[in-house]
Amino acid sequence: MSYRFTVSPDFTPEKLSGWFIFNTWLQRAIGEGIHLDMYDSFVQQRAAIAADQVDLIYANPYDASMLVRDKGFVAVARPRGRSDEAIVAVPASSPAHRVEELRPGARIVSTDDPDVDMMGMIILEAADLRASNTVRQTTDTYVLVAKKLLKGEADIGIFLAEAFDGLSPLVRADLRILVRSQISVVQHILLAGPKFRPRQPDITSALLHAQDDPRARLVTEGLGFTGWDAVPQEEVEFMIDLIDTLAFRPED
Amino acid sequence: MRDMEPADVGGYPYVEHHLTFHDGTHRRVLVVDREMPFPDGKLIVSATDLAGVITHCNQAFIDMSGFSREELLGQPHHILRHPDMPAVAFAGLWETIERGEKWHGYVKNLRRDGAYYWVHAVAVPNVREGRIVGYTSVRRKPSRSKVAWATQVYPTLFKDGR
Repeated sequence: MSYRFTVSPDFTPEKLSGWFIFNTWLQRAIGEGIHLDMYDSFVQQRAAIAADQVDLIYANPYDASMLVRDKGFVAVARPRGRSDEAIVAVPASSPAHRVEELRPGARIVSTDDPDVDMMGMIILEAADLRASNTVRQTTDTYVLVAKKLLKGEADIGIFLAEAFDGLSPLVRADLRILVRSQISVVQHILLAGPKFRPRQPDITSALLHAQDDPRARLVTEGLGFTGWDAVPQEEVEFMIDLIDTLAFRPED
Repeated sequence: MRDMEPADVGGYPYVEHHLTFHDGTHRRVLVVDREMPFPDGKLIVSATDLAGVITHCNQAFIDMSGFSREELLGQPHHILRHPDMPAVAFAGLWETIERGEKWHGYVKNLRRDGAYYWVHAVAVPNVREGRIVGYTSVRRKPSRSKVAWATQVYPTLFKDGR
């Protein structure tokens, strides 16, 4: 039997080969055929999930609720010590130095990365900014978010903190961070679907022991991770409850 | 839950209130007119059991409430109740989450030292295998316009008309 694996489309392009190498390693580690399908957008990936075409997924936390509660996925592992954080930034020339100085009607640019967008919009609630009183723009990458701000085509940018920190020093110098989130508990997670569920303990074990094998450790590092940790199902449920509260925006 | 003592408020002028909670318990609280601003980018997170007893709190909750983790765990969530919060502002909270739905509202919370902080609170039931086993509440930074609205409206909602 062959299984299908996919990765949240918000990975950075330089990690693409790392995920293919990881998939090759994982197939050998657990003795199963696994095909890696990469999707260009969250919309395409969600359509594949809805059609039961995904058995293993490195999931964006925003999608974890649907995967776990609607589609019966279970937690396999999570990368060690990594959480998703958002940055709200403006051009350095902006008169705003605090979120509270931003005004309705502002043009907000972000990517389609759902958890980062959600965290960014929560930060902007402090200025009474909502989807309904702002102008939203979406780009494919965080570099393009920065470009839109620098060209004056948007007033506020929402970034994955890691992506903002990876911008060139020159670009960062022309932007001003208003808020960097410190939420800590929102993170990507590897989940196994119902078909793959019987092999979940084997996959978890292979990932946890990856740090003991120099070659497997290189594979992990190729993804930008220092290691994998087990994740109790209740912790996944707790993260989902937390994201449920964050996604709840009654005044939009 | 112990009564507050003058030593708790660190020398600030205070006003004494006596609160009675829905479970019939009472607490003396000493209120100081000093606001602690909600920190940018953070969330206050807590979980309770079905009776509203705190079972989990994050560091932001500890920092903002002024209590230690040990002082919070095992206490009813109304340890944060500020006397300026009318009961009706919470109307529907328990009814809503016990029904399995989400609740939100703007809340003035009391710190351990008698000062206060405003939050935009969202509470959700924790449903496991079809059963509600507890509740999670996440508080985020409210806009000042919402705080101004609540500051004007809440005093008009007390039954005794104070």
